[in-house]
Amino acid sequence: MSDVGVIIAGAAETDEIGRLPSHSTLGLHIEAARNAVADAGLTMRDIDGIATVSAPGPVQVAHALGIYPDWLDGTGVGGTSFLLHVRHAAAAIRAGHAKTILITHGESGRSRVGVAPRRVDLSSPAGQFEVPYGILGPTTTFTIPALRYMKEYGLTHEQLAYVAVAQRQWAAKNPRAMYRDAITVDDVLASRLVAYPFHLLECCLVTDGGGALVITAADRAASFPRPPVHVLGTGEASQTPMISQMIDFTESQMFRRAGQKAFAEAGITPSDVDHLMIYDAFAHVPIYGLEALGFVRKGEAGPFIADGHTEPGGSLPLNTNGGGLSYTHTGMYGMFAIQEGVRQVRGEAAAQLDRADISVILGNGGMFASCGVLVLGRQPR
Amino acid sequence: MPGKAAGKAVPVPTPETQPYWDGCRAGELRIQRCLDCGKPYFYPRPLCPACGSADVEWFTASGRATLYSYVISYRPAPGFEADAPYVIAVVQLAEGPRMMTSLAGVPATPEALVLDMPLRVTFEQRGEISLPVFTPAGEEHQ
Repeated sequence: MSDVGVIIAGAAETDEIGRLPSHSTLGLHIEAARNAVADAGLTMRDIDGIATVSAPGPVQVAHALGIYPDWLDGTGVGGTSFLLHVRHAAAAIRAGHAKTILITHGESGRSRVGVAPRRVDLSSPAGQFEVPYGILGPTTTFTIPALRYMKEYGLTHEQLAYVAVAQRQWAAKNPRAMYRDAITVDDVLASRLVAYPFHLLECCLVTDGGGALVITAADRAASFPRPPVHVLGTGEASQTPMISQMIDFTESQMFRRAGQKAFAEAGITPSDVDHLMIYDAFAHVPIYGLEALGFVRKGEAGPFIADGHTEPGGSLPLNTNGGGLSYTHTGMYGMFAIQEGVRQVRGEAAAQLDRADISVILGNGGMFASCGVLVLGRQPR
Repeated sequence: MPGKAAGKAVPVPTPETQPYWDGCRAGELRIQRCLDCGKPYFYPRPLCPACGSADVEWFTASGRATLYSYVISYRPAPGFEADAPYVIAVVQLAEGPRMMTSLAGVPATPEALVLDMPLRVTFEQRGEISLPVFTPAGEEHQ
């Protein structure tokens, strides 16, 4: 592997997140891109590569920004796509294919402004073998493995609910979080059932917002106004296009594979990690993530969270922005998980940790469909 | 469109999946297995996912299964408004593969839905399609 180090030189979210009916999806991309490029002290003319998900796509986003890039990545594999973009961008910079790559996310997930209508292809495998049974988006599919896990490993409804309680404690420290009022396990279990065993407070928000990143070579780090965030290791993996075909409902082998790649490249083990983000579309996903990344053994993640280890003051700060459950979740949340990792490593997070030298971000796409993992660091490898 | 409610989704077969749907219409759950490694698999496709062999055949599964996992959905998909709350289940066929399905003849309550309970296939007419769903197996099926 080339020794060229790669950094995140610019990172920013849209001015506001939450309910933004005044912005289209493309408008959110543009605002996030402008903010991230400014954060890096650059102009659009400095950008020679662009990555974003397939809709609206890198060609449209680049053109809207007045950029004519020489490197494109339109990888669109759900909410983790932006982690894969970082990985692909790092490879492109090492290969000399691009020098300064902009990765953008924008999604009018709540207000649905400028969003293509959802179409279901009833001849696709999912259209033939899942859609006819009344599935309706992630709440009815991403959630299906949980009961099997609960039976096999004794995870209780109260422990599952506590995932939302712990993350709300982080959200309480974050003025940008959509929900900040403290909640209890009883509050979670009293919220309405969405898809048993999941209650409303165990399901992510639906919001509008965006974020963007500027990726470049580490040897340029001194020329940017913000502290560099080093990309120390990356991994990606896929698993299943249909939840019913996930090999084992009690573990995510793609989380494990992508995590192993990223940790090995960074030369770290779980004990080196100061800060952790695990994509939390639903309360069980951090449980699967903690176990797959090796922070705890199989079956231990529920009690680990319920014992307070991941909340403020705990040994393993997890989802410190409040996560998809309390901070924001536009639909493709991965960009926001990266942003919080960058903020923590830079030392500028709302709920800033005393020590955040190594931050790990685990992204999920689709319903346990695709995964990206990033290891970010304050120092080069 | 006011007054025009969307019905439940009707699957559209492709050439690779047509034998499965033909089987359903005949009241049989036909799936595939590999003639090289012997493993049965689902969903229908022309390559064995275990070993990559294209030497595969269709066979009629027993129709017996167990309840692997499920959710009870309170937010109905189009056409399911009168059914909510309803069960979206994943069952494990006696032959090994798993599939998503609906459950018939059992209340949509956690008390009635015990993981690993024995089930058997039955078919629900949906447009031109016979859709496999599962129902608790009586004693005679165990």
